[in-house]
Amino acid sequence: MSATTPVPRQQKSAAFEYLTTRKDEFVGWARKFSLFPYPFVTACCAMEFMSVSSTLYDTDRFGAALPRFTPRQSDLLMVVGTVSHKQAPILRKVYEQMCEPKWVIAFGVCATSGGFYQNYAALPGIDKIIPVDLYIPGCPPRPEMVIDGIMKLQDKIAGERHPIINQDF
Amino acid sequence: MGTGENLLERVQASLGAQALETGMAHGILVLQITAESLVPVAGRLKQEFGFDLFLDVTATDWPQRRPRFDVVYHFYSARDFVRVRLKTQVEETDPTVDTLVPLYGSARYMERECHEMYGIRFRGNDDLRPLLLYEGFVGHPLRKDYPKQREQPLVPYRDVKP
Repeated sequence: MSATTPVPRQQKSAAFEYLTTRKDEFVGWARKFSLFPYPFVTACCAMEFMSVSSTLYDTDRFGAALPRFTPRQSDLLMVVGTVSHKQAPILRKVYEQMCEPKWVIAFGVCATSGGFYQNYAALPGIDKIIPVDLYIPGCPPRPEMVIDGIMKLQDKIAGERHPIINQDF
Repeated sequence: MGTGENLLERVQASLGAQALETGMAHGILVLQITAESLVPVAGRLKQEFGFDLFLDVTATDWPQRRPRFDVVYHFYSARDFVRVRLKTQVEETDPTVDTLVPLYGSARYMERECHEMYGIRFRGNDDLRPLLLYEGFVGHPLRKDYPKQREQPLVPYRDVKP
């Protein structure tokens, strides 16, 4: 406790102290590993969704596992299964409740195009009412395909522009 | 098995006079009846012969035939494990039969479904709102002349850029 010994300033070392990067790359890197999916699950593809998100295939490895069961806390809408015309207003409302930035995956052939339901009841593809970023075909898709799809979506997010402040902000 | 077959024979002997045609199909007794005798026949099936479960009511569309529609009822006896089918023909211009709600309360929903899918009217059922379809749906989708590709979306479609 001597007044005469100065506290030594922290020594600058050769260690890694700062880096430079582009803002879009940095934000994209952060966002692609924090996907919070909202599972809009309506039909039999749900079984495959359970399989892909549980232990054996484990989408948690990609930072895309923790489902949020409110659209306000999620940024990835996974539409899993057939959507009927009667259900379309609900899907539209769920999509509108999600905050930006948000992405949409059409999981399975019914959400992609209606599949073999070409009739009075089924919506022929959710892209008729909401924009879709990624389509995963298959009836149901294999877990490998879903994982491939998630990785492709991550590539897409990483390559996107990420405006922090835009004119709407 | 034995009692069920006996029951169907008794039903056939007793109600055959009121039927236009009787027969067996896949172990089910089939009675072709007129629209007027539907409620009396169903009442006797329930009260005299113990057909206590109303399985379903649906319709069949024969576009080339006059009268165009069959209305088809199925009843089940939970005591004797046998089924009876009633069929009645109705015209396209007046597709009306009497309701079975006073006999079987479960008919209320099945008649609603049959009404929205085929346009059959059930006289006496006061609640024929759409059940599986939605308000504003035009037409009856299970009729043969409903176009397969016709869409009636509730949410307007987006303008998708090519």
